Amino acid sequence: MTAASLYALCGMALFGIGFYAVVVQAHRLRKVLAVNVMGSGVFLVFVALAYRAPQPPPDPVPHAMVLTGVVVAVSATAVALSLVRRIHGEPGGANLSEAAKEPPH
Amino acid sequence: MSSVAARVVRFCFALVVLLLVGGIGWTILSLPKEWNGLSDRVAVTLGETGVRNPVTAVLLNFRGYDTLLEIGVLLLAALAVRSGAADRGQTEASPFEPPGPVLTGLLRLVAPLIVLVAGYLLWLGGHAPGGAFQAGAVLASLVVLVRLCDPRLLPRVPDWLERLLLSLGLFVFISVGLAVMAFHDVLLQYPAGQAKWLILTIEATCTVSIAAVLAALFAGGRIVSSDSAEPSIQTEKGP
Repeated sequence: MTAASLYALCGMALFGIGFYAVVVQAHRLRKVLAVNVMGSGVFLVFVALAYRAPQPPPDPVPHAMVLTGVVVAVSATAVALSLVRRIHGEPGGANLSEAAKEPPH
Repeated sequence: MSSVAARVVRFCFALVVLLLVGGIGWTILSLPKEWNGLSDRVAVTLGETGVRNPVTAVLLNFRGYDTLLEIGVLLLAALAVRSGAADRGQTEASPFEPPGPVLTGLLRLVAPLIVLVAGYLLWLGGHAPGGAFQAGAVLASLVVLVRLCDPRLLPRVPDWLERLLLSLGLFVFISVGLAVMAFHDVLLQYPAGQAKWLILTIEATCTVSIAAVLAALFAGGRIVSSDSAEPSIQTEKGP
């Protein structure tokens, strides 16, 4: 196992953790965080796999794609957070404190 | 009863996720250990791109289309947050304590450095890791920092200027992309020898817009939030 594949496997593990949380967790803020963890895992896989080149300059194409992806992830997170906040303020809507009723795991 | 069912479902789903991660992990391990990818193809044509950093070449020359759409996504996100906050008419004043002299002094020291670093990163993008996104993020951090220290220090920006700052990058990007069609009939196909200055123009304007969008995303869609419009002790115009 090389360092690149170790990083890629860590990225996959992050993706799995995020994927589990985004489905299981009821709290919207946790869902947003979970999607971010998933995204970070995918970015880590991409960057790690680009480092398989034998000599130093790694493959620039996945790096450029990750750079694009990071920016899109940040803006998507901002929109998601503002929507969560908006739903939180709506009377009669679902509220953010659903998870608080459950006992902590 | 229902909690037991929920636990069973959770356990089954955890197994599914484990299988998925295991499957993709196994695929990753079975990939070739050494692989050049597209590095060689990028390296061959790097001389014609007007920049020496392969990542910038990919971002703004080979796959300029991606970056153009990305700037569009950023603007769209800022507009979504902005309109979501606007029709709610929220002016909840955040708890604010006047900063102490140390914090203000530190801000005074750090602010010019941040601007300098942003400009340096922008120029560095031509030949080393750096570029519009990094520079824009650093510049946005200045606005966020000032907002967290003392929102009254932020200059009042008229609404039209704010809209202009948000959309300038996309506008210039599209204009350059369309203008070069006069030479090649292809969107964003830079004429030979002109690529460097065209890319620098796009990067510089995009830096401003990215910084404006990120700062606006932080503050609910506005670079200078509406609550600073209410009468406050106006001390100074800038940091």
